[in-house]
Amino acid sequence: MARKLLLEHVNVPGIQGLEAYLANGGYRSVEKALRTMSPEAVVEEVKKSGLRGRGGAGFPTGMKWSFLAKPPGVPRYLVVNADESEPGTFKDRYLMERIPHILIEGMITSSFALGANLAFIYIRGEYFYVSRILERAIAEARAAGWLGRNILGTGYDLEIHVQVGAGAYICGEETALLESLEGKRGNPRIKPPFPAVKGLYDCPTVVNNVETIAAVVPIVNDGGEEYAKIGVGKSTGTKLISAGGNIKRPGVYEIELGVSCDEFINSDQYCGGVEGRAFKAVVPGGSSVPIVPYELFLRTAKGEQRLMTYESLSDGGFQSGTMLGSGGFYAYNDAQCIVRSTWNHTRFYRHESCGQCSPCREGTGWMEKVLHRIEHGGGHMEDIDLLWDIQRRIEGNTICPLGDAAAWPVASAIRHFRDEFEFHVKFPTKVKDPEHFAKEPFKQGTKTAFA
Amino acid sequence: MGATIKAVTTTEGTPPFAFSESALAECRAIIARYPADRTKSALIPILHIAQAENSGWLSVNAMDAVAGLLGLRAIEVYEVASFYSMFNLHPVGLYHLEVCQTSPCMIRGSERIVEHLSKRLGIKPGETTKDGLFTLKTVECLGSCGSAPMLQCGAKYYEDLTPEKVDAMLDGMRADAKRQNYTDR
Ligand SMILES: Cc1cc2nc3c(=O)[nH]c(=O)nc-3n(C[C@H](O)[C@H](O)[C@H](O)COP(=O)(O)O)c2cc1C
Ligand code: SF4
Ligand code: FES
Repeated sequence: MARKLLLEHVNVPGIQGLEAYLANGGYRSVEKALRTMSPEAVVEEVKKSGLRGRGGAGFPTGMKWSFLAKPPGVPRYLVVNADESEPGTFKDRYLMERIPHILIEGMITSSFALGANLAFIYIRGEYFYVSRILERAIAEARAAGWLGRNILGTGYDLEIHVQVGAGAYICGEETALLESLEGKRGNPRIKPPFPAVKGLYDCPTVVNNVETIAAVVPIVNDGGEEYAKIGVGKSTGTKLISAGGNIKRPGVYEIELGVSCDEFINSDQYCGGVEGRAFKAVVPGGSSVPIVPYELFLRTAKGEQRLMTYESLSDGGFQSGTMLGSGGFYAYNDAQCIVRSTWNHTRFYRHESCGQCSPCREGTGWMEKVLHRIEHGGGHMEDIDLLWDIQRRIEGNTICPLGDAAAWPVASAIRHFRDEFEFHVKFPTKVKDPEHFAKEPFKQGTKTAFA
Repeated sequence: MGATIKAVTTTEGTPPFAFSESALAECRAIIARYPADRTKSALIPILHIAQAENSGWLSVNAMDAVAGLLGLRAIEVYEVASFYSMFNLHPVGLYHLEVCQTSPCMIRGSERIVEHLSKRLGIKPGETTKDGLFTLKTVECLGSCGSAPMLQCGAKYYEDLTPEKVDAMLDGMRADAKRQNYTDR
């Protein structure tokens, strides 16, 4: 049985409330850190744990914390990123809704480590009801002395506020998030300076994902070394994966990093395999990561078994690999059309582009138009190369990584499913029926569905 | 939503706006969260309150009142309100049905749900029914992909939708006919 560090008590009745949370070992990390450890010692444990940011980029958390500037007399802030808008991702919502106190506990321990006396949870506006759950948890924790002035008589003060956004994927990007939290449009800032030096209100700021901050709780409780024992190589600990698409058992799973991709997608402990048909493709880490054919999800190009780790999923680079990303996992069965899905992805990025950089603002719109045309039977063979060219010119040429995130799904779809794009151009009348592959699955490598 | 910038309306023909006492108290509590010279941070939370107090949308009058409350120039409020997709700059129905259309929902059948709603309500996405009860809108991933297809109405999520569930939901809404806001005001 896989170890669970975050969701161990998820099914305990009343675990949303402080009483049940305390009865199951809650707030021990705050006691331990504030009473027996120095802030530097907490940072040290997080470094030892090998924890990597769970928001998508996988940057080592301990290292990020050690970059935080500490000019005397200047406040520092912790901002928790609960924007969770990456398509396919719903793990943070699950965690905050079911066990809100683990986030509050992680924030107290982390803020202590960083020397922050004011912390914010920036949560997407659509999760309004979750913001109420968090506010209740904060009020409970405050009334019990875990928050406020002079916590546990140690002299440490902390206030936590919940800030709701108002619908903008780009506000998940950390500098856009800070702009939004300052009451502005969510336009990403040019880096450097990084938030660790100049973040919220021009002060040193750490921005971390909900799950990252929650993971600090078991790390401080059991020690960083204990946490690092779980996993493979530089992928330590557990990870929440939100699973959706054409699988039998959608939901949020806490995996030990290193479980095989085959086990994750096919075993009844997790996704439970495909519903009815055959699997066709997988997006393992949110819509921004490359889509891969099912076979390449199970095995690397070298034929090795693929594992659910940062390294194994990206083995082969963009030629044959993908990324763990945010853990927003979804699988496609053979009724699905990759062209339609790519058009859909691109519409998403066009809609969510903040519009500051021309390659992103214009490129996403062009790609959407061309993909719409191909999917609806009006495409030409040159359109496929045109798409390739546009995505290539966006990647790496923008202020923030949304541009790359818009380019990769298009590049990977063409790379792995070019036959399907060509089929659309060759058989325009067939693809005008939106159910085209549901009726007659496309046979890979044949350039026609009917070979 | 950024590149798709929404236009604000004019004040012409729209009712005047004033915060209720309870809303003002809530706004003041929000303003107190931030450092004294950083109260602009309260703008988005307060726009949510103003929208809830103005029948689910932000008129110029409502936005001007927010600017007055926070000591901001009106343009600072308009530029923020026009950036975020949850702020409606035109009137909406009592029930604002926002169906997720992003890929993970699409592969679980969201297109059929949009079609079904369009047929039942006799409107296309972006339109409001003549009786002012329903506005239909397609939106991007709402973080509910495991229970797709789904839609949001006010603060509430309706998940694992089927045409039958949609019909039952619409019937319930028609019987109730009470505005649903994002905030639970
Ligand atoms: C377009 C875009 C959207 C993002 N959305 C999110 C998000 O919704 N949640 C999140 O935690 N990180 C998101 N990120 C990553 C953040 O910028 C940042 O790296 C992260 O919050 C850092 O936390 P971590 O190190 O704990 O992962 C996004 C990045 C980009 C470029
Ligand atoms: S890459 Fe796109 S989203 Fe990012 S700053 Fe540029 S225009 Fe905005
Ligand atoms: S794609 Fe619809 S909720 Fe995520």
